[in-house]
Formats: sequence, C-alpha cells, structure tokens
Amino acid sequence: MLIDVSEDDDKVFKALADPTRRFLLDLLFAREGRTLTELESELEMTRFGVMKHLKVLREAGLITCRRSGREKLHFLNPVPIRLIHDRWISKYAQRQVSALTDLKRRLEAAPRPEQETDND
Amino acid sequence: MTDTSVTQVYQVYIKASAEAIWAAITEPEWTQRYGYAAESDYDLRPGGRFVSRAGEDLQAMGMPAEVVDGEVIEADPPHRLVQTWRFLWSDSIRAEGPTTVTYEISEGTNGVCKLTLTHQLVNAPETAAQVAGEIENAGGGWAYVLSDLKSLLETGKALGA
Repeated sequence: MLIDVSEDDDKVFKALADPTRRFLLDLLFAREGRTLTELESELEMTRFGVMKHLKVLREAGLITCRRSGREKLHFLNPVPIRLIHDRWISKYAQRQVSALTDLKRRLEAAPRPEQETDND
Repeated sequence: MTDTSVTQVYQVYIKASAEAIWAAITEPEWTQRYGYAAESDYDLRPGGRFVSRAGEDLQAMGMPAEVVDGEVIEADPPHRLVQTWRFLWSDSIRAEGPTTVTYEISEGTNGVCKLTLTHQLVNAPETAAQVAGEIENAGGGWAYVLSDLKSLLETGKALGA
C-alpha cells in the first residue's frame, strides 16, 4: 500500500496517540522480528485487538512485516519517527541549541588579553 | 536459516523517481550530500568493490579515509542492490566482518517510490548498534540517513545544509 506523502505525518501522530501501540513499538524496539503470537502474549488483549493495532502501525509505516516460512515477522521502522523529529521536534529544540552556540561563539571571539602572552 | 532477530528493516516513501533514488545511493556526487556525507564508490557488478570514503568533517572527527567497505552481490538498477557492508574505523567493529545490506526501490502511484533497506546483522552487535542509531554522538544510523536522503531528493536540501 502506498501512502500519500502529505498524509504521512497525520498517520504517524494518530498511530502514536495510543498507549497500546506505543507499547507494541517498544516491544519491537527491544527485539525485532516478532510474530503476532509473541506480541499478543505481552498484552492483555484479544488477538483481534492486537491485529487491529498492528494494522494502524503498519499503515503509518511504523512497522513492516516479512514472511519467514509460515510465520509473519514484525519489524520496527523508525524512519517515520525520524522524519517527525526532523520536521517538528528538532526545529523547536534548535532555538535553544543555537542560542548556546551563538553564546559560545561570542565568548570565544571576545578578546582575552590575559592569554596573549609574549613568547619571544 | 537467517536469524531474524538481527535483521533491521527501514522503509521510507520518497517523491522521486526510482532512477533518482538509485543515483542518490550509488553515485558519490549524491552520497556526499546527505547522511554522513561520505563518498560512496561502487563497481556495480557482482563481486565488484564498494568503498565509502569519509568526507572532511568525518575525518576531522578522527575517522579513517575509508569508513565502510564491501562487495556488490547483486545490482539491478534502479530497483535492487544487494551488497556486503563492513565498518572500518576500529579493530573491534572491523572484526565483526561483513554484514549484508539490501536496497529495494519500488514504484508506486503519483511519482512516489518506496525504498526499503534491510540490514542483516549476524554476529555483529557493534555494527547493529551503530546502524540503529544507538551509539551516542555517532549520528542516527539508517533512520537518519534515509530521512536525510528523502529530504534531499524532495527539497533539494539535506537536513544539515
């Protein structure tokens, strides 16, 4: 399934706005390549419920599935979260960082007469 | 059988042609412009050599001139590239030996392509931590590289630029 690029962020934010789905991502972060049965065993929820959450995560691009023999394995795909980070988070965190780097630059550019010792 | 617990899969949708994505992965003029800004050099034939050379910034951080090497296993432009991948900057990471990276590019509708990168990491925990972006002050691994690649191809600018 191909996701419309403009709707990518919406799907990721919606997928992340649920504690069960965040828990599923954390499980896959800790160890990738898990089956539905393994994921289900960590949750107090029906198999059908877990499948529904996995579907939302898959449509947001946050997990990918691979077949291995008879089993379907789930992998975390961190790229959409990285894109959200680059687009929405680093932008606002950037201000503080650049304020600090500006300060550093100004302090370093300031004359420091006590260090200008005469060495000859 | 592949030990799947040491496979990492990364996927990103990019509004660009498969040819443009292929070029961005395999041509040094492109690889210098995103991610770790290394210069990739491919001999795109089975058995051909792959080497990634550190740019000035990485070398200033103490990286060797050649940061990654490997061998091309399969090259089917612009859709599929399979290669080995070995980091070279320390004895321990070099000793983990070659791992396998597969790039798959598939065309969708509206000029959007899906790029899937699968990294098989058998007995390579340090390499795995690096590409997962788990090592502090060592960049964000594949997630960072691929989001930067997307940014470059879609906007003409990499994140750091």
